[in-house]
Amino acid sequence: MQTLDSYALLAVIAIPLAGAVALMAVPGDRRTAVRYTSAAVAFVTMLLSFYLFAAYDHDRGGVQFERTWEWLPLPGAWPLGDQGISLALGLDGISAPMMLLSGVVMFTGVLVSWNVTDRGKEFFVLYFVLLSGVFGVFATLDMFFFFFFYELAVLPMYLLIGVWGSSSDFGSFIRTKEYGAMKLVLYLVAGSVLVWVAIMAIFVEAGLGTFDIRELEGAALSPNFQKLFFPLLAVGFGVLAGMWPFHTWSPDGHVAAPTSVSMVHAGVLMKLGAFGIIRIGMQIMPVGAEAWMPVLVGLGTVNVLYGAWSAMGQTDLKYVVGYSSVSHMGYVLMGIATLHPLGLSGAVLQMFSHGIMTALFFAVVGVIYDRTHTRDTMVLEGLAKRMGLTAALFTVAGLTSLGLPGLSGFVAELLVFIGLFKTYPIVGVLGIIGAAATAVYILRLLARVFFGPLGERWKDQVDASRLEAFSAAVLVGFILLVGLFPFPFIRVIDVGVAELLARFPGVG
Amino acid sequence: MSNDFTLLLPEFLVTGLAFLVLTADFVLRPDRKHLLPWLSVAGLGCILAFTLFRLWGEAGSLYEGLLLVDGYALFFKILFIALGAVVVLMSMDYVRRHLSHPGEYYGILLFTVVGMMLLAGSGELLTAYISLELLSFGLYVLVAYDRYNPRSNEAGVKYILLGAFSSALLLFGISQIYGLLGTTRFDGISEALAAGAGTSPGLVAGLVLIVVGLGFKIAATPFHMWAPDAYEGAPTPITAYLAVGSKAAAFALMLRLFTEGLLPGAPDWQLVVALLAALTMTVGNLGALTQSNIKRLLAYSSIGHVGYLLVGVAALGAVGEDGGVSVQLSHLVSNGIILHIVAYGITNMAAFLAVSAVYNATGREGIADLAGMARRAPHLSLVLTASLFSLAGLPVFAGFVSKFYLFNAAAAQGLLWLAGLAIFTSLISLYYYLNVVRQMYIEVGEDMSPIRVPALTTGLLGLLFLGMVFVGVYPAPLMEAIQHASDVIMSSDGVLMLAQR
Repeated sequence: MQTLDSYALLAVIAIPLAGAVALMAVPGDRRTAVRYTSAAVAFVTMLLSFYLFAAYDHDRGGVQFERTWEWLPLPGAWPLGDQGISLALGLDGISAPMMLLSGVVMFTGVLVSWNVTDRGKEFFVLYFVLLSGVFGVFATLDMFFFFFFYELAVLPMYLLIGVWGSSSDFGSFIRTKEYGAMKLVLYLVAGSVLVWVAIMAIFVEAGLGTFDIRELEGAALSPNFQKLFFPLLAVGFGVLAGMWPFHTWSPDGHVAAPTSVSMVHAGVLMKLGAFGIIRIGMQIMPVGAEAWMPVLVGLGTVNVLYGAWSAMGQTDLKYVVGYSSVSHMGYVLMGIATLHPLGLSGAVLQMFSHGIMTALFFAVVGVIYDRTHTRDTMVLEGLAKRMGLTAALFTVAGLTSLGLPGLSGFVAELLVFIGLFKTYPIVGVLGIIGAAATAVYILRLLARVFFGPLGERWKDQVDASRLEAFSAAVLVGFILLVGLFPFPFIRVIDVGVAELLARFPGVG
Repeated sequence: MSNDFTLLLPEFLVTGLAFLVLTADFVLRPDRKHLLPWLSVAGLGCILAFTLFRLWGEAGSLYEGLLLVDGYALFFKILFIALGAVVVLMSMDYVRRHLSHPGEYYGILLFTVVGMMLLAGSGELLTAYISLELLSFGLYVLVAYDRYNPRSNEAGVKYILLGAFSSALLLFGISQIYGLLGTTRFDGISEALAAGAGTSPGLVAGLVLIVVGLGFKIAATPFHMWAPDAYEGAPTPITAYLAVGSKAAAFALMLRLFTEGLLPGAPDWQLVVALLAALTMTVGNLGALTQSNIKRLLAYSSIGHVGYLLVGVAALGAVGEDGGVSVQLSHLVSNGIILHIVAYGITNMAAFLAVSAVYNATGREGIADLAGMARRAPHLSLVLTASLFSLAGLPVFAGFVSKFYLFNAAAAQGLLWLAGLAIFTSLISLYYYLNVVRQMYIEVGEDMSPIRVPALTTGLLGLLFLGMVFVGVYPAPLMEAIQHASDVIMSSDGVLMLAQR
């Protein structure tokens, strides 16, 4: 078992890639074969991610499922020898729940993409490459490969959005899918330029000749260097995390993207940004991180309030969800910035909770759009009368979003708020105002789109199919699980957070 | 010193092969002329095998050190022979459709391969100059080979005029060096520089002239003006050859010259080369933004890549604040340069092969003409997309690893600002590459009928695609060979002397 375990992380990266290669061999016109192969690959990957999360031993803590393969030596007289770049994989308390999240979103994403008919094979190939990159980022402990997988996750986005996405006509102007795709990719790669520079600077400053994050943690980089380069990483990763003022790609990108890509993107990919701040920024440069946290908490607050404010003004369902993502990622940033055990645990749990919730949101919006061909909240009226199941699912997501107790969002946000009140009380108040604002736009939306009088046009709508309902039910299950019984998650996250905070000298 | 001529057998054999092809051209009936490229490829294949299995690991020099046969030279020779074979293969369809006189075409192509091979083994400036001219003269002819096409003629004229001009500058620089140092040998130059001759203005002028002369050959800004026109006008396989072969050969020379010869003078030239690199990659990538012809786009993009390689050249020695040169990490940099040359070579060959196949089938080479290509020729589009992503430096392709390695090495030598600029300009490049991808995958063309791609082309595309992915995912075996090559220049007397200090 021990030896098999050491291959588990490699497998979770390789299975989607192998699936992509296998799919290429399937003739494109055999849609059923393509679908079932994809579903099988995603299902196996999801089971593996379950296993990884469940088998993570929270009593033992630390890095588990560890395995290192030498990849490329770097010549030079290094103190650690010719270690160079190696594929170092390992799971800790923070990345374990992220694995689970990616697995769940990946599988449900395949299920809601069941009806992708136009070039379906190519769609799933790119989708799996994207997911492979996501798993790689969460699994790796080497800065080079972190960046490698990070870029790998960005690469397929352009085509996924550009080919299978949809343009939106707002009357006075049109947001084309090409625009959304290009904007998204350029923003993300611009962020990764900063990350890349910072990674090189860390490598040079440490002078160890290795990219291994654990070795670099011990390098004790000079405080001035840390203070200079932490913002580079925070902004670079912050772009992907939807940090204000670099968030504008995110609503545009989500709106242009096809349903499952929106799910993965808002659900998992934005988490990569926050995860990068934790994994590389805070683990390697704690002094720099501590110095910049007040700024980060400020930006996070702007995210929460500005995101909620913008969401209130939107009339397109996807834009509402997109801006609500920006708002919710603000809680993650705020939680990280508290540097408080509870606040940080809340941030990580919020990453998980928001991932599941927003995937549910986009899945349901996808169902509505598929039936009605519109996402305009001014046109959609009283859908609950004809699409009861869809309405129920959207309601669950909405209530999670506004933090109803018993659902996952409540637990996560509560922890963030406790952390905030212990460190930045005023910001904590602002955060709660943001949560209240969320309630305003979500409830208004629910009232109009679902529970108002039925619009004439929507008399003949059909409800979500069994498959769509099933995939949404999986997500709802996780929302309830975290909301009602968060301990299996909290105890794993707490281990990771405690280990992270042990690196911060000034923090209890 | 006795000369072991077996060491030079690859050059002799390729020369012989060139004459054989020219002779066969006389003898063969016109309907049998299609055998000429096969003859060239078969010959190159045998020579490649010979060099790889019999000569790899040998080391020696001929003619009192004018020509060096060592791991470095052999690495590049193998690369150039393979490149020559690929160019011949990709020319087949193109020459048959668009050009006359295949015999001379392949014959001259083989002569240029000899020029490149000699260039990699040159141990002194004049031999390098002569090899470079052998390469350039062949290229002048090949660029203008499509003789009824005014664009090809224009390309040829521009290329030969600027080429001749740059040769003159190069020669003038060499004469300056010889006049002041009394030698044109790399080891002699290094010795003289280390002895403190670097301060003389005449010498600096000589170095600058050499850099400018080579700058023309590799199309570094501000000496790049000829490149887009020549690239656009030349027959597409020759464009690929220009973009990959002549650049790789010139960098093979530059790398050896700047390490074995000029490294002690790094404080004098580092900033100049760094600025040249900064200018080149900025202008190249900005210039590509407005192009509507795919060959011109690739021309500007290759100018950008020359800039990246120059970043490596600038970083060959770390100049300390006291003016001393540290070579502790020079090995890393030279590995990075060679890796990027190889990665860029494979990638660009794939891109040009795809472009050439589209041109053969449709007669068009505008970016907008690629609309809907993903449905018309799915495999070709996949390879072209992969090569564009590789050029932009995205994983899992070769360009990602090589850029990361090279820029990281440059940063380690204290040029973080330059590496940062390089990364930023590759962000710009992503925009124009994505626009090409958009045409192929998202837009819909007027004519959506499938394109027939010859089996040979498809096979070659697949091979290059696998090469890109292999280097991008598992570069260790290639890196071992590169290490072997750069060990040679890193253990030259000049570098060792600097290391001991």
